[in-house]
Amino acid sequence: MDILALLVIAATIVAAGAVLAGPLRARGVQAGDERGDRLAELQARKEAKYREIRDTEMDFKTGKLSEDDHRTLDRQLRAEAMEILRAIDDEG
Amino acid sequence: MVPARKRRIRLVVALSAAVLLAVALVYTSVNSSSKAVSPSQLVTAQVGQSYQLTGKVLDGSVQTTPDGVDFRVRDRDGSTSVPVSYTGVVSDAFREDREVIVNVRKEGSGFVGEHDSLITKCPSKFTEDATKSQKS
Amino acid sequence: MATVGRALLIIALCVALYGVVASIYGARLGRPAWVASGRRAVYVVAALCTGAFAILELAFLRSDFSFATVASHSSTTTPTFYKAAAAWSSQEGSLMLWVWLLSMWSSLVLFLTRRRLRRVAPYATAVLLGFAAFFAALLVFLETPFGVLAAVPAEGNGLNPLLRHPSMMIHPPMLYSGYTLFAIPFAFAVGALITRQVGAADWIRSTRRFALGAWFFLGIGILLGARWSYAELGWGGYWAWDPVENASLLPWLTGTAFLHSIMIQEKRGMLKIWNVSLVLATGILSILGTFLVRSGILDSIHAFGASTLGVPFVILITIMIAGSIGLVVWRREALRSEHRLDSLLSREAIFLANNLVLVAMAFVVFWGTFWPLIAEALTGDRRALGPPWFDRYTVPLALVLVLLSGVGPVIAWRRATASNARRNFVVPLVATLGMGVLLAALGVAQRPLAFGMFLCGTFVLASVGQEFWRGVGVRRAMTGERPPAALFSLVTRNRRRYGGYLVHVGMAVLFVGVAASTAFNNARDVRLDVGQRVAVGNDVFTYVKPTSRISTTSDGRLEKISLGSVVTVSRDGRTLSTLRPERSYFPSRDATLGPLGRFFEGEATSEIGLKAGLRGDIWAAMTPDKQALRPQIEEGDRVFAAASGKLPDAVEARLLGQALRGIADRYVADPPPATFRLITSPLVTWIWLGAIIVFLGGLIAIWPGGRDAQRRTARARHAARVAKELGTPARGPQTVSATGSAPGADLG
Repeated sequence: MDILALLVIAATIVAAGAVLAGPLRARGVQAGDERGDRLAELQARKEAKYREIRDTEMDFKTGKLSEDDHRTLDRQLRAEAMEILRAIDDEG
Repeated sequence: MVPARKRRIRLVVALSAAVLLAVALVYTSVNSSSKAVSPSQLVTAQVGQSYQLTGKVLDGSVQTTPDGVDFRVRDRDGSTSVPVSYTGVVSDAFREDREVIVNVRKEGSGFVGEHDSLITKCPSKFTEDATKSQKS
Repeated sequence: MATVGRALLIIALCVALYGVVASIYGARLGRPAWVASGRRAVYVVAALCTGAFAILELAFLRSDFSFATVASHSSTTTPTFYKAAAAWSSQEGSLMLWVWLLSMWSSLVLFLTRRRLRRVAPYATAVLLGFAAFFAALLVFLETPFGVLAAVPAEGNGLNPLLRHPSMMIHPPMLYSGYTLFAIPFAFAVGALITRQVGAADWIRSTRRFALGAWFFLGIGILLGARWSYAELGWGGYWAWDPVENASLLPWLTGTAFLHSIMIQEKRGMLKIWNVSLVLATGILSILGTFLVRSGILDSIHAFGASTLGVPFVILITIMIAGSIGLVVWRREALRSEHRLDSLLSREAIFLANNLVLVAMAFVVFWGTFWPLIAEALTGDRRALGPPWFDRYTVPLALVLVLLSGVGPVIAWRRATASNARRNFVVPLVATLGMGVLLAALGVAQRPLAFGMFLCGTFVLASVGQEFWRGVGVRRAMTGERPPAALFSLVTRNRRRYGGYLVHVGMAVLFVGVAASTAFNNARDVRLDVGQRVAVGNDVFTYVKPTSRISTTSDGRLEKISLGSVVTVSRDGRTLSTLRPERSYFPSRDATLGPLGRFFEGEATSEIGLKAGLRGDIWAAMTPDKQALRPQIEEGDRVFAAASGKLPDAVEARLLGQALRGIADRYVADPPPATFRLITSPLVTWIWLGAIIVFLGGLIAIWPGGRDAQRRTARARHAARVAKELGTPARGPQTVSATGSAPGADLG
């Protein structure tokens, strides 16, 4: 094994170790952001709900739903959306 | 109809369809499949029975015919070989000492290959040992 | 350099193992620093694998034959593109590619989700690093790509000419991208099960994206394999139900099912067990597919011999299966459905039906593929099933699948209005009926299954066409845009829906192509003399004349000798096309074949004479009668054997060239009859066209939302807020939709 190869390997090991140890030595790594998690989850749910509302509207406009059915469904979905918004607001 | 009852009916229908499919699969696979054998196992071959023969092409046994090729197939690690008379497409990869799969039927003392059933295993990748450098 | 490469893999293995421990430790004890370190381990492994892979590629590109794998799979005469691709034509090289792709995709995914899925991510990281460690261990202990030859040969074996086709070189990276990408939803599913997050919208959203990407690449890989088989091999087919082909199809089928059923979970919180099982099964099937190719346990044209890797893979797959079942059972409480199906007349119900058909198909393919092993285990006899058995089940299932994909677009989510649905079916049914009458008049009904597929395909095209038509109408009503602009904005604002519609159109086109080319093709195997002609269906093929040529590389070395023919195809006296099928012979390095003989007894490839068209293909392959050249070649062998060593190398090489030229010329001057396979096949091109449409649709569906969607989302949020603040919740939405103004329009 030639010297150059040895040096490259050694340097790689050191670099890898430094990268891996980085978070362990640094102070102030943010604690498990429970609230951030909940918020992200609610955001995702909200986006999914909005997509549902848009889909239903599209279904109505392309003639797959009667006006009555659409209104009922739309109302229900928007109510569910507002529940999510309320929960987001509560997270504050 | 009560929703719960409706759901149960749907479940029963779906399960019955699944069971039917499964039974059909098993039944036909037992009947439609041919026995996969190596040359040494063809010693007990029955006339008219179809077999899927796997083995290597015996060195020096290849004879091109107008419609296909006549050759002998030997065990992967052995010397027992059987003659096969095959018509149909012959792959570019076909040559001596290559592994082949062919459907055969016993006729007389030899075997007749089913038309277009000859598959030559692609020798290119993942050669068995690196020392066999001549093969690939 | 090889030593460095080897060391990089060993370090990667250690880092991966560390990362598994760090991630799990950090997750269980709530220590985010360790979780972060675990995530960094993925980045480090990716960097190390990139380094190792780069070393391997450089060795191939520089033709460094001290690397054993380079010597056995490449040569100085291999074109550069194929030199680079030869890196993954070997067992060890392909494993290197697999782990490199896995580490890169994992890094990307973990980077993109570094601030989300905080509970799930550490366990997903551990699983992904587990896979990386497994493959790294294979590369370090069993099949090293950095093996060194003590005696460096001057020339390598070269890449098997059968593989010298662009499709074949892109095929493995595409397939492996698909397989490795499916490992990611698998890992996140494991994490979600452990942390009881399977119901989480965030998990759903992320997993769906990864699965879509995997589905995309795996599909391309499968397609490329089929295309290569058709355009390069001498049998004229594109799918043989070969075990390895099937192995790549299985995760694609379950992946497709998942992409549909996950939408049901997203909307209704249902099918959690089903979805998580599908994801886990797809991951397992991907590993199974990777394993099957190199295990030798099933007889396949992709036979890469019995290898030493069988046992480790079986252990890994067993762990995955046992672990998956265990996890699902352990967390079954968290997997209860939140709702039920509202109505059978809903898109959700159609998706469910589609799932059942896809899973049934997967089961059929699985059963047929593994039947030899099952039979052997049960009865001691190994038994094999051929294509007819597979076709018997997959064709009807495919018909139902295509039909469903035409029904789905017309049905609304949640609960469709029955009268509307009935009305919406009128146009598609009329179109289908019309097509049915037309085709029956043309005699197509003689082949009922193909006829059925044509009708289903028409149904799909009509119903999706109707959707696009109406959608454009909606857009124009809202914004007054001209049709092309309306179509563009319609699709970009509803990517999932219209991308999905496009995928279904593509699949219908593809299946129509398959049906037509299978049921209505004409094939003849004949032996023709020069000037002879033969009828194939309505066309007449004439063997006009033989051809021969010797191809040399840029530095004057002989690359191959091609013996071919010119064939004209005509119908009703009018020439349709001129084809030039050939057979090329690459020299072998085996000296025992004779100094001249070795040029004709090495690897051979077929050049297919192919005239592709929208209405059909004309396909011709030829096999020259080499036996007729035998006497000349043998005499040449004798002469050169006797003269060997007595002439300077340059002279001998020149005389050898002249002798080969003489044989080639003799073939043209006095040609023996040649064997031809001639096929005329309708609508084959529709298969490739359909596939392109499928992938276009997939791209549209994958395409990220961007600012537009965010802006729309913000406006919608404000609208909802307005509704909330204006009045009680019950009245709110009515107020908004009654005005029919900006908020409602924005949502569209």
